[in-house]
Amino acid sequence: MSQVLANLPRATEPVVSVEDLHVRFLLREATVAAINGVSFDLEAGQVLGILGESGSGKSVTLRSLMRLLPPARTRTEGRIRIAGHEITAMDETALRHVRGAKVAMIFQEPMVALDPVFTIGVQIAETIVRHEGISYSAANQRALELLEMVQIPSAARRLKSYPHEMSGGMRQRAMIALALSCRPTVLLADEPTTALDVTVQIQIILLLRQLQQELGMAVIFVTHDVGVAIEVADRIAVMYAGRFVEVGPTEKVIDTPAHPYTAALLTSTVLGSTFGRRLEAIPGTPPDLRALPAGCSFAPRCRHAQDRCRVHMPPEAVLAPGRITRCVRVADGELDLGSPNLSERSIAKP
Amino acid sequence: MSLLKHHVTTGDGALGPLSQRDPSRSKPLLAIEHLTKHFPLQGGLFGRRRAMVQAVDDVSFVVERGETLGIVGESGCGKSTTARLLMHLIKPDRGSIAFRGQRVGVAGGLSQRELHRQMQMVFQDSYASLNPRLPVAMSIAFGPFVHGLGKTEALRRAAELLEAVGLEPALFANRYPHELSGGQRQRINVARALALEPRIVILDEAVSALDKSVEAQVLNLLADLKVRFDLTYVFISHDLNVVRYISDRVMVMYLGKVVEIGPADRVYRDPQHPYTRALLSAMPSMDPRRRTRQAPLSGDPPNPVRPPSGCRFRTRCPLAEAVCEKAAPALLALPSDGARAVACHVHVPTSGHTRAATAGAE
Repeated sequence: MSQVLANLPRATEPVVSVEDLHVRFLLREATVAAINGVSFDLEAGQVLGILGESGSGKSVTLRSLMRLLPPARTRTEGRIRIAGHEITAMDETALRHVRGAKVAMIFQEPMVALDPVFTIGVQIAETIVRHEGISYSAANQRALELLEMVQIPSAARRLKSYPHEMSGGMRQRAMIALALSCRPTVLLADEPTTALDVTVQIQIILLLRQLQQELGMAVIFVTHDVGVAIEVADRIAVMYAGRFVEVGPTEKVIDTPAHPYTAALLTSTVLGSTFGRRLEAIPGTPPDLRALPAGCSFAPRCRHAQDRCRVHMPPEAVLAPGRITRCVRVADGELDLGSPNLSERSIAKP
Repeated sequence: MSLLKHHVTTGDGALGPLSQRDPSRSKPLLAIEHLTKHFPLQGGLFGRRRAMVQAVDDVSFVVERGETLGIVGESGCGKSTTARLLMHLIKPDRGSIAFRGQRVGVAGGLSQRELHRQMQMVFQDSYASLNPRLPVAMSIAFGPFVHGLGKTEALRRAAELLEAVGLEPALFANRYPHELSGGQRQRINVARALALEPRIVILDEAVSALDKSVEAQVLNLLADLKVRFDLTYVFISHDLNVVRYISDRVMVMYLGKVVEIGPADRVYRDPQHPYTRALLSAMPSMDPRRRTRQAPLSGDPPNPVRPPSGCRFRTRCPLAEAVCEKAAPALLALPSDGARAVACHVHVPTSGHTRAATAGAE
């Protein structure tokens, strides 16, 4: 395809396209293989949930999309395109125009994103002025609208608040307003509800879902919580040892998982109605990313593993359009993992 | 194991005369009455006391022998302060704690040292609660050693406990905390808590920092140890699923007060306090076809420095009326179910709440 054609936006072109992403961290004593071949596309207006445990590489994936990892110690390979920009090939100056304007990020801890010495209003207005070059008075007006959009009560007064004067849920809303201040095409969310109380968490989830639909954003939402992924994601990618081991529509992944790790994760998740019954825990611990085993990284903990699983990492097998597994046995049709019955095992809501 | 059994017997022997003195064997293992702790907030010029954080306010409950009592609530509800008060790590402003009928921390009662032989605690942060410069076996042996066991004996018990929590002593005894994963470290903390053969273990968010796959392993371990060592648990967590899974009874706290307590299955199936109902409705759905449509509560919990007057939940409660502002509801047993208690004016026919009459007639 010629370069001219490639730059033309097409209706079907994904807003995020990642091809064979590898990220390694060079430490003094070892090299950590954090991401080991992640590829995916995300269409405009879609929500991808990345579900994984600590060390699975879900946050590193998100950060490499914005090139937020420390350059001196990080080796990144592969191709990342966001909203028509080649992220991997950009210089820092060009990257600064993309960050915030085209792609924005929200974090678990809002104090990471907010500056403690400026008021919320100043921080939002400054971002808009910086990216769009409009006047401060116009930017202040936009800041007010943004705070109203994220449903902060008495928004005009809250513009003059400092981050420490706000409650946890309020700060999270302010951070979302800041991230959305330049109407990004893609929003990256790194466990934004994990530190919140359950009654506040559901408010932020519903707010993000509403804003995503109203603004037509593409969202990548990283979480370790199955319930949160179910609430927000259209598609779920399950990560293990730096790879997507399974990708598919949320309902399919939850109802009929296609990778033994997903199946085991969903079965071992503690849900209310299993009182007293023994939990089917996954034995062992995740692999050491400094020395990954040959073959499938989950094989040492997998009760379905065979000799051939330990030879080389299974490639991505397409089971149906948009439905991918990295398990050779599932791909060959010799393994039926059944259903983890999440909704039956969960507590009926009052 | 043999050594452990032996020690349990000697422990009982030491307490023998006491239990004879107490004829009613039905006394709860732990009885908490009117427990109150307010923390002063200092600030301003000369560090004057500016306000009080009402962390725990007039909390009473019992823990029966052999049960698991779950305590749930959001941040600032006082669940962790309650745990620290139970352990006497902080002194209560008011109220009493009695272990097998013996009051703790008063003249003629149980000393803190004696209490800690019977009650131990596991914290959320598995790393911060271990000495980074001690091999883990030494950390486990330290308690028994301080309480008078010989060094070799104490280390032998540490090895037995490592075995009991599923860590091979030959492989793990000489490791340092930083050489272990979070799940392994939490096993060490559990082993250390059991080293004095306590009757009660307080687990304060003990599995909250663990990954889901490891959390299941540790919960299974806790269930095994409970049977094996005849333990009683007080299990504190913000995770409603985990609390439901492990608890016989559950206590729901809000801003330093108990709002509801009762058998876990009944509280979860049919919550009676509006806050419990909201808390359960706020849990993420596990069914992609039936996602949550509406948040049950708006806003954040109020600051415990200035809790609302009357019922502390009234500012967020869908049923709040004038009476809720005036008087704080007492925690009273439900007429329909004596095992359950709720602190809500709606359940008191004479409270003056307009819904009270209908609720009482039911």
